[in-house]
Amino acid sequence: MTGPRNPSDIDHPSSADQKLPSHLSARTAGQGIPDEGSLERSDPGDEAASPTAETSNQVCGGAVVDATGLKTKELSDRLRDLMLAGTGRMIVKNACGQRYIGTRLYRPGQASLQIEIFGTPGNDLGAFLSGHRILVHGNVQDGVGNTMDRGEIVVEGRAGDVLGMSMRGGRIFVRDGVGYRTALHMKEYLDQKPVVVIGGTAQDFLGEYMAGGIVLVLDLGNRGHQSNFIGTGMHGGAIFLRGSVNLTQLGKEVEISAPGEEDHALLENLIHEFLIRFPELAARQEELQKSQFVKLTPVSKRPYGKMYAY
Amino acid sequence: MKSFIPPEFQVYRDEDRCDQCRGCERQCSFGVHSYDQDRDSIISDESKCAGCQRCVIFCPMDALTIRPSPSSYRPNSSWTREKMDDLKKQAETGGVILTGCGSDKPFRIYWDHMVLNASQVTNPSIDPLREPMELRTFLGPKPDFLKISGEGKDVAIETEIGPNVVVEAPILFSAMSYGAISYQAFKSLAMAACDFGTFFNTGEGGLPKELRSDYGRCAVVQVASGRYGIDAEYLNCAAAVEIKVGQGAKPGIGGHLPAEKVSSLVAETRMIPEGTDAISPAPHHDIYSIEDLSMLIYALKEATNYEKPISVKIAAVHNFAAIASGIVRAGADIIAIDGLRGGTGAAPKTIRDNVGIPIELAISSVDRRLRDEGIRNSCSLLAAGGIRCSGDVIKAIALGADGVYIGTAALIAMGCTLCQKCYTGRCNWGICTQDPRLAGRINPHIASRRLTNLLRAWSAEIKEMLGGMGINAIESLRGNRDHLRGVGLYEWELDVLGIKGAGE
Repeated sequence: MTGPRNPSDIDHPSSADQKLPSHLSARTAGQGIPDEGSLERSDPGDEAASPTAETSNQVCGGAVVDATGLKTKELSDRLRDLMLAGTGRMIVKNACGQRYIGTRLYRPGQASLQIEIFGTPGNDLGAFLSGHRILVHGNVQDGVGNTMDRGEIVVEGRAGDVLGMSMRGGRIFVRDGVGYRTALHMKEYLDQKPVVVIGGTAQDFLGEYMAGGIVLVLDLGNRGHQSNFIGTGMHGGAIFLRGSVNLTQLGKEVEISAPGEEDHALLENLIHEFLIRFPELAARQEELQKSQFVKLTPVSKRPYGKMYAY
Repeated sequence: MKSFIPPEFQVYRDEDRCDQCRGCERQCSFGVHSYDQDRDSIISDESKCAGCQRCVIFCPMDALTIRPSPSSYRPNSSWTREKMDDLKKQAETGGVILTGCGSDKPFRIYWDHMVLNASQVTNPSIDPLREPMELRTFLGPKPDFLKISGEGKDVAIETEIGPNVVVEAPILFSAMSYGAISYQAFKSLAMAACDFGTFFNTGEGGLPKELRSDYGRCAVVQVASGRYGIDAEYLNCAAAVEIKVGQGAKPGIGGHLPAEKVSSLVAETRMIPEGTDAISPAPHHDIYSIEDLSMLIYALKEATNYEKPISVKIAAVHNFAAIASGIVRAGADIIAIDGLRGGTGAAPKTIRDNVGIPIELAISSVDRRLRDEGIRNSCSLLAAGGIRCSGDVIKAIALGADGVYIGTAALIAMGCTLCQKCYTGRCNWGICTQDPRLAGRINPHIASRRLTNLLRAWSAEIKEMLGGMGINAIESLRGNRDHLRGVGLYEWELDVLGIKGAGE
């Protein structure tokens, strides 16, 4: 049980004095140049290290919540209060394992919010997300975008297991690699077509039970796809892998083909969208556009259709 | 391949009564009856008959009788007719035998071996016709203690109490999804729940958008392994959210809604493309432990702003009392337990008839376990699977449940005759079908009235029995096993049930 919340814990830009943390106000005013310490993204505890410098995805301004020492519900209480107060942009600093960030921000008719996270958010980031945009400057844990409906999650780092599980809409971009069972039972419906783009590679059971949507794995490290059991039980959607894959790595419900003309247009577009979000990789554009891809699609929409005696 | 399976039912037509109106032909979706022009008579293909009695009830001349076929193999206690016919079916198709409804096997029905108490002389009984009798039940967590502040009339409860929902009688409609049952049947349950003041359960097929504003307040919405039809609005329009882990008819396995049943409206509600199989994996792939379950429980609490109780539904299996304890500790507000005789729209017969334990034994052990651990108040307990009458309801509550889910009983109220052909999607009673012609046989206004009538009748009977025991609130009976006695049970059964033998 949480005690009464203290509104003064929340820095809100609409407050009279536009109170912002010192480093932010300094940046906004165009004053000080960040010192060396501020370039160390790996130090989430350092206030000066936060939303600055080399991350072009940053959202300037917005209400800042320092997550240091906050429990999951305490943090989501604060974010929800910000939403109810009409805040459109939230910056979470020093996230450290707090789960479900973004999940509690549903309200009928609520406009899309921007949530920027520094640190390492916990499991189920953006679970049941319905239209918000989450940007994480760092790695994320398991269950990102679980049963997500709409919106976007961008991860400047790597992600854990079951990313995009049962996701039905929205997009997830991960700069580095992802864990096991990515896009498990992802589905689509009419214009809702989820997209997951992974800069690195994925572990085993990528796209298991997949029923819709698009997964693109770019393997920017040129390590080759090591994942096994790709697309086991798949019955919808498409997986694109840059480079090649052995047939032994695929589930028996999957067939492999070369992308067609329409697919190339789609891939070009997705690579473009990916590189917009990670401009530090812009130099790879030409290489990526020229690369070979393979397309994995289900053999049947009904893998288990003939199991039963009628 | 010629089928070697003899017809299960015999169709007897009284030719003197039959005026060849061909009503039976129109009524039967299985195609049993047809008109033979050459012979100018109605003929019946008995091999197609499911024994659902639709044609019998709707024959205006009462000319039809459908009865089990008198022809029989040589009687054999080991090789029963069902065993032989199923085997032949598999030899002919190579497939898994599917079935519908709850198990029909002769497992002991403990309800029928328990009797209730009544007051005589020393503790007067209460007449429910003249005195208030409370069936209202709150489902959700109750605090360990209540801290009250204030004096005189200004009294306030200081303790933060978790979300509870209220039902006018401790009887809820069990999870039956739109897709498994028809839109009309689904809507009938929704209407009846709202009219009566109880809840219906959406199953895992989603809640059609146009029903959300009117019936969401009476809905328990399910989150199952397929995650069909789930978005934030679905979760937030409901009264409570239920994580379906297991089902009594098919513990441990998932479900396949065949593409044939995925009509455009079903597809829209489940939010999947039309004409694909809707596959629900056996496990939730984000739940491999109690800790993972806790994560999903809290994800749903977050998604519903901590305003709705979160239920977890499991099948009654071995060691489930320990599992239930874990579920409570994981943060569930309600546990629903579904027993061996729980129904289904489609399940492999071998699973339905061989996996799980009877609900009566389950209620008692879980209630005792949670009491022993001092956490019984943290959650409510709903029992499901084979509740047939008000007597079963009241015995379930005396054994330790807070309330019951009824599925099969509700379907029977709407016309179901337990022919077990739900999986074919050709239900002549318009319940378990997506064929608009068949589904149109249910008028939600009439069917919902049948359902509310049933709930009203059971409530009246429960009040009578409570009054007879000298109790005026259902709450006082919960877990009060002293009001039960066993008849014809072994010692171990009495021990598990936690009741004495009759006469003791």
